[in-house]
Amino acid sequence: MTAAFSVGIDLGTTHSALASVSLDDETATSEVLRVEQLVARGAVEARPLLGSFLYFAHASEGPLALPWDEHRTFAVGAYARERAREAPLRVISSAKSWLSYAGVDRRAPLLPLGAPEDVEKISPVEASFRYLDHLAEAWDHGASRGRAPLREQSIVLTVPASFDAAARDLTVEAAYAAGMEDVTLLEEPQAALYSFIENAGDGWRKLLVAGDVVLIVDVGGGTTDLSAVEAVEVDGSLGLRRIAVGDHILLGGDNMDLALAHLVASRLEESGTTLDRFQMNALGHACREAKERLLSGSAEEVPVVVPSRGSSLVGGSLRATLARADVERVIVDGFFPLAELAEEPARRARGALTQKGLPYSPEPAVTRHLASFLRRQADAHVEQGTQPKKLLRPTAVLFNGGVLKAEGIRRRIVEALDGWLREDDAPPARVLPGADLDLAVARGAAYYGLVKRGRGLRIRGGTARAYYVGIDSPAPAVPGVAPPITALCVAPFGMEEGVAATMPPHELGLVVGEAVRFRFFGSSVRRGDLAGTELERWSATELEELSPIEVTLPSEGRESGDIVPVRLESQVTAVGTLLLEAVPLNPHAPDERWKIELGVRDPG
Amino acid sequence: MIYTSHVPEAPSFFARIWLSILVAFRIVFDAPLAARVRALLEPALDRSASDRGEDARAPAAPVFVPPTMAIDVAERRNEGALGLLALFQREGRLVDFLEQDIDAFSDGDVGAAARVVHAGSRRALRSHFDVMRVRNEPEGSAVIVGDDHAAASVKLTGNVGGSAPYRGTLRHSGWRVTNVRLPELVRGHDATLVAPAEVEL
Repeated sequence: MTAAFSVGIDLGTTHSALASVSLDDETATSEVLRVEQLVARGAVEARPLLGSFLYFAHASEGPLALPWDEHRTFAVGAYARERAREAPLRVISSAKSWLSYAGVDRRAPLLPLGAPEDVEKISPVEASFRYLDHLAEAWDHGASRGRAPLREQSIVLTVPASFDAAARDLTVEAAYAAGMEDVTLLEEPQAALYSFIENAGDGWRKLLVAGDVVLIVDVGGGTTDLSAVEAVEVDGSLGLRRIAVGDHILLGGDNMDLALAHLVASRLEESGTTLDRFQMNALGHACREAKERLLSGSAEEVPVVVPSRGSSLVGGSLRATLARADVERVIVDGFFPLAELAEEPARRARGALTQKGLPYSPEPAVTRHLASFLRRQADAHVEQGTQPKKLLRPTAVLFNGGVLKAEGIRRRIVEALDGWLREDDAPPARVLPGADLDLAVARGAAYYGLVKRGRGLRIRGGTARAYYVGIDSPAPAVPGVAPPITALCVAPFGMEEGVAATMPPHELGLVVGEAVRFRFFGSSVRRGDLAGTELERWSATELEELSPIEVTLPSEGRESGDIVPVRLESQVTAVGTLLLEAVPLNPHAPDERWKIELGVRDPG
Repeated sequence: MIYTSHVPEAPSFFARIWLSILVAFRIVFDAPLAARVRALLEPALDRSASDRGEDARAPAAPVFVPPTMAIDVAERRNEGALGLLALFQREGRLVDFLEQDIDAFSDGDVGAAARVVHAGSRRALRSHFDVMRVRNEPEGSAVIVGDDHAAASVKLTGNVGGSAPYRGTLRHSGWRVTNVRLPELVRGHDATLVAPAEVEL
């Protein structure tokens, strides 16, 4: 059956949102769903954002009833977020960041980390499925006028541009688990740009011209995502093409609020008061609100109060002040310093002893990450007849994400960028008007559903990375030295949807009945490698190792233990995921092929 | 405690005869049951009294109504109000603030607490109600209340007399709620629990 709505779902690290637009009504614009969720025990409210938190109730609490399920024993959304402060071991937060982390088996039930025994742990994939399920339930419950259930609509699900092929696969898996069938993936920075285009209406032609390079800076609660899109002339009209994508950086608004909280806590400690964990959390919230008031320009100094936990509010509260200068120093200078273009962001040392947890970025300066991105992607935009550039030169900037609501931060980023552009003899960039920094991605995704059906400007892009399989090179074994490998390119950079890349026949043998594993790499900078290109050496910054891929040949029609020569084929599916297959050189049946699993647990 | 609104299936004629005998017998020996039966009959008695033009029934001897039924009925009536109180306690610690005796504390202490209550309660207020002023002129300025329609939302003080239009000074601009978005209270939840006690393990 044909869907009546294009639905955009932003499964964010800290908040999720859903927007929809009617496919039948020509004049319709995207509308955000107010998602019913538990905000406190016994109270349900409909809010535009659904916190990406999942709380497992303890037996003592009784059911956490929702209008559509009286016996529910878990909560998703605002109440779960509250409980994350109060009973953190029973709450899953940042499930999305786990989806992109190759260091764990993302399908294994490991969340919440350190949960007490009565909690039935689930995998990051399942957590994502639960958030989608809640959105579907809210949609279905609120459905009036005979609106069909969410799983029957045409769904666009957003993922960070920096998500690798495995993380994308897992996101789609979560969507299928929620019963959704018509699913397409869209990169979040592209969604933000689509939202900009939707808001601009017909006036977008005055805001973007051929030759523009748009830098999209998305700093949310937990992650920073950088992308670049160029505007080109195609057959007399404007075309958009995503040309560069940065790394997935676990750095966001939460880090900033924590830094402010630590500053105020240290001041309180100097006057003799130590804060416990709960008070630190409450301080974090108070600092976030104070920060927003100070950065939006009105006051010079704002009081920050940590309320007491007991019922005696008066006399039990801790009081401190936060000055605009503090916020500027800690946040604007701490996280957005005016860095030199050549400065390298601090990197996590490989092999360093770390606690099992997410790979938070050791470099707190977003501007240094930005500098690194622009330098590495200097060749992304090809201009005729110009000298080699030191950096990718944006002509326009689009901001997205809650952190960038603060004007002071936006100004600082533009200042840093213009400084680098000036050094490279390029003109300063202009800022594109953005709206609704929390909801732009969901809206843009819903709008993309219209774009796919021919209404509006489409951003072309293909894969954001080139992908390589590690093949052991034939070489004599040397004790203590890992056997050298070559990286065989299986999917070139920018491979578009619907296109298949076939490797020239390569001597790859798979053993029947055994799971065969290959190392897997991605590169967001090597643009010239075609399918079949073999790399014998590469620098650490060129190729990034991703989680291994694995394929098991079933023994139908063959002897277990036989070696079957295969070639590799890759294509980008209509959903937006990378499909890697092993095709036998001598097939026993027409169209015999085996799917290679991405995102397998890295034992190392 | 789940409030059910459906009426149990009515017994047949012969079942009713048997029930009347059974009940008559039990009422003589079971005082609480007698009280409940009388409570069930009261609305009917009230209505027939007013039909005859009599004054509202003078309160009789206190009726013993077993706790469960009283809370059921009262809870339904008060759910909305309790929900609102719970909201302001949750977001703004309002009940904590009002229940505490503040005489012994300095203005500074009270002020610090007031800031917490203000910040949270304002958030709660504005996310659930759209509040507007009744009159937009600055307080203290001369205003004219044009006609009786406008006067309906104005409280006249001082030399109250005469008829519209009224000329005077605006002392309080008034508040009107233009939109209400209250949280849904979930069935089965004890609404009288405005804030649960907290025990840290």
